[in-house]
Amino acid sequence: MSQRPLALPRPQARHPGLNLGADHAHEADSREEMVFGFWVFMMSDLIIFGLLMATYVTMLGGTAGGPGPKALFELKSVLIQTMLLLVSSATFGMASIALKYQEKRRLVMWLLITLALGFAFLFFELRDFHTMFEKGGVPSRSGYLSAFFSLVPLHGLHVAGASVWLVALLGQMAVHGLDAPVKTGILRLGILWHFLDIVWIGIFSLVYLGGLS
Amino acid sequence: MSASGVEQDSAAQRAQKKAREQRSYLWGFGLALVLTLIPFAMLAFTAVERMTLWLTIGACALIQVVVHLRFFLHITLDRSKREDLLLILFTVLILIILCGGTLWILFDLYQRMLPDMMP
Repeated sequence: MSQRPLALPRPQARHPGLNLGADHAHEADSREEMVFGFWVFMMSDLIIFGLLMATYVTMLGGTAGGPGPKALFELKSVLIQTMLLLVSSATFGMASIALKYQEKRRLVMWLLITLALGFAFLFFELRDFHTMFEKGGVPSRSGYLSAFFSLVPLHGLHVAGASVWLVALLGQMAVHGLDAPVKTGILRLGILWHFLDIVWIGIFSLVYLGGLS
Repeated sequence: MSASGVEQDSAAQRAQKKAREQRSYLWGFGLALVLTLIPFAMLAFTAVERMTLWLTIGACALIQVVVHLRFFLHITLDRSKREDLLLILFTVLILIILCGGTLWILFDLYQRMLPDMMP
């Protein structure tokens, strides 16, 4: 018997995101299509966010005498939100690995941590909006604020939707166990979750850091 | 690796693979953390020129996007069954045309007709 090389060649990726590999091979074909389809949808979502960012930039001068970015934004709160989202991306990655190696208990634990971080992010974001409202920064105040409130809360809405989906998946897992639809769901939610973190990079760089500089 | 790719690995190989994958996520997290903290720290603690600051923020954001794609979404230059990378590159092309066009046209308009709208 010939000895196997220690470093295995990388298996060919079948779809974006973490590939579950040989242990889950019997259901891989349908998953491949569904995950790729979800990735196509994600890219169309990227176009929406990109265009809302372009709209935001064209509206930077349109404050109409109302409060601007320097009066409304708070760097510390933005840093907290950024960290929460980044850590939640990493914990979702750990959940994906637990799924791949069929460690159900750790999978549920990491998913719950991810969910808690998502809720914490939403809490800080809503608190920020509340402070902005108190300072007179309401969407109807100026074109600039309308552009802000069509871009940033849309991302928040995505995070809220992803959290609801995560709760639904946990419920599905409790009822049906770790079957093929649940696995495919977790893989797609993982793509959404990591994607929302990428969109947040654009938001904190352009809107918050750009606005406060 | 057999041709069908369904061959089961030994326990040692599984553990090795798992450790490698966890390390990959942690590398991604560490790099993303550094690339986030650089622009935040520059804005909060230094008084660099505005243009330098903007360029740093933009560069860090772009590199961080690539880090996320590579370490969290596993988009690599390796051979893939589906054209994930081409899909991203095509979407980025569309985005550059749409966003670049929007900014070009509207700021040209502002300059000629609405100078108050220039930020």
